[in-house]
Amino acid sequence: MEHFDQLYQALNEVVGYIYPNEIELRWSILIVLYPYITGLVAGAFILASLNRVFEIKALKPTYEISLLAALAFLLVATMPLIFHLGHPERFYELMMTPHSSSAMAIFGFVYLWYLMVVLLLEIWFDYRRDFVVWSQESKGLKKFLYKVLTLGSNDISPKALKLDDKLGYIITVVGIPSAFLLHGYVGFIFGSVKANPWWSSVMMPVIFLLSAMVSGIALILVTYMVINYFRKQKIDMLCLDSIGKYLFYTIIIDFTLESLDQIHRIYEAEESFDIISLLISGKLFFTMSIMQVLAGTLIPLFILGFFQFYKPKEKIRKTAYLISGILVLVGIFFMRWNVVIGGQLFSKSFYGFTSYKIGLIGGEGMLAAGVWMVVPILILVFLLWLLPPWKKQHSGG
Amino acid sequence: MELNKKNKKTRRDFLKLSSAIAGSVAFYSMFKPIESVANRKTDVTEREHWYGFGFDIEKCIGCGLCAKACKIENDVPREPFFFRTWVEQYTIKNGHIIKDENVIVESPNGGIDGFTQSVPDKEIFKSFFVPKTCNHCYKAPCVQVCPVGATFETPDGVVLVDDSYCVGCGYCIQACPYGARYLHPEKKTADKCTFCYHRLKKGLAPACVDVCPTGARMYGDLDDKEGPLVQFIKNHTCRVLKPHLNTKPKLFYNALNEEVR
Repeated sequence: MEHFDQLYQALNEVVGYIYPNEIELRWSILIVLYPYITGLVAGAFILASLNRVFEIKALKPTYEISLLAALAFLLVATMPLIFHLGHPERFYELMMTPHSSSAMAIFGFVYLWYLMVVLLLEIWFDYRRDFVVWSQESKGLKKFLYKVLTLGSNDISPKALKLDDKLGYIITVVGIPSAFLLHGYVGFIFGSVKANPWWSSVMMPVIFLLSAMVSGIALILVTYMVINYFRKQKIDMLCLDSIGKYLFYTIIIDFTLESLDQIHRIYEAEESFDIISLLISGKLFFTMSIMQVLAGTLIPLFILGFFQFYKPKEKIRKTAYLISGILVLVGIFFMRWNVVIGGQLFSKSFYGFTSYKIGLIGGEGMLAAGVWMVVPILILVFLLWLLPPWKKQHSGG
Repeated sequence: MELNKKNKKTRRDFLKLSSAIAGSVAFYSMFKPIESVANRKTDVTEREHWYGFGFDIEKCIGCGLCAKACKIENDVPREPFFFRTWVEQYTIKNGHIIKDENVIVESPNGGIDGFTQSVPDKEIFKSFFVPKTCNHCYKAPCVQVCPVGATFETPDGVVLVDDSYCVGCGYCIQACPYGARYLHPEKKTADKCTFCYHRLKKGLAPACVDVCPTGARMYGDLDDKEGPLVQFIKNHTCRVLKPHLNTKPKLFYNALNEEVR
């Protein structure tokens, strides 16, 4: 069996001593994607909420893009999780018979709350007027789709639109803590594992949340630029600068909290300290020091920080924003990697390390992981086709 | 206008319905899990036994028969990545005993094929064998984290996995501080020591205890004050593994060195 061949190879690469059951690294790339994708959702939504609740006008062009991107990624968020199960066909048991003391069991409920109550409702109220208008203007399949999406509610009188706006606002206000809950909770799944000193930290939910905001904002920055490139539209530089500013601030807070967590570990230097310092300087050196900290944090921080004091020509800024956005997205991916994979590389005996080699094919290989990253982008393209923000009439709301 | 009126009503109904659904989802998701997160213990006042293990490190000779018998008795996959029980050889080298680098731990194939000493005699400060298995913790993290309740504690204190129910998420494997669990390569569910529950219920000893030639492994009823396990704990200085994690293991070791994790 190929699976056993991999394990025999891993057995040869064991350094020091690990418990014999630890040779197989249980949570693979798919579980890296799960907090990554969920984080993109929470972050994109929080950016949209900033816009709406705090009335940050400069971010207006990204409002609908943020909501649709959040939806596109949220629809896929559970997929890597389900496909990673030993018995994917039993996943519904998590909803049917959740075990009340398990941190993992309420994920389904948090997820559904967020999808059904927050995101779908907010988008629906935001687009309801357009559904009605578009269902009258369009033809064929599109007309039918819009008609269905109105859910039979065709009143677009000013009074009705005002109510839409009010309800949408309330949902956004409810949505902000929900987004915090969604991703803080994902952090708790890891942070509450006392057996694993690399995970077990009260900071974990907060760090996950802040890094989610960082990645979500970067996602919208990049998405906004790409959309404008394909639509051959001029980019609103005021908007781009504002996103850059928020990205800069959230990276600072995120980096500060993560550093605090590490400094705390180093200073307390508990039983697990020796193995963790070997982990960071060895197996995680590339993914953590180079990819997460240098490429994903320090370089974007420097570029974005520089722009807060001096703004070079538009063309340079655009390029720099795009590069920073992509670097941040890559950096946060490696942050998730370092948490999920890093936490399983060392033995809970603290006497040694196992290894992880990601395969190309198979359900948990690189290709499968790539598919789960491409699918939300395709969904987003579809959503942008069906619900183009640029065709909305903003007079009513 | 009439059309508008009619539609307004439809929308109000829709809102009512959706807020009702939202409310119940919120209620269910927020309230139900919280009520018993902290206190999940079932009432076990009427139990007949409360099983535990006692391992005597001074008696273990590292023959590995226990690990072998376990694999045969319980049909554990034979590859060297899946163990319900295994034996570790600890060798502490001369030099500073408080330094981790002087502690050599080995468990080739879980000790099934026996051990060879890789450290030359001259360099050895001391050496001993430590049999390991599931600790059947009283406050088991694996039971706590299982999202569907497939891992549970029987009233007589044995932690088991219902493999017809386990979804194979692996959270319990992550949560176990002792590395006692693995994902069964064929069943695709979590697997671990069952205390040989099928034997226990017939009044037989677990296979590993049965085959141990030196009596290093024993089991018994922790409720039975005159029983062999309680007497073993009484007459020896016993410790459990990783007590700081407060998992309350029911596996007690005599002569457990502090290097053992």
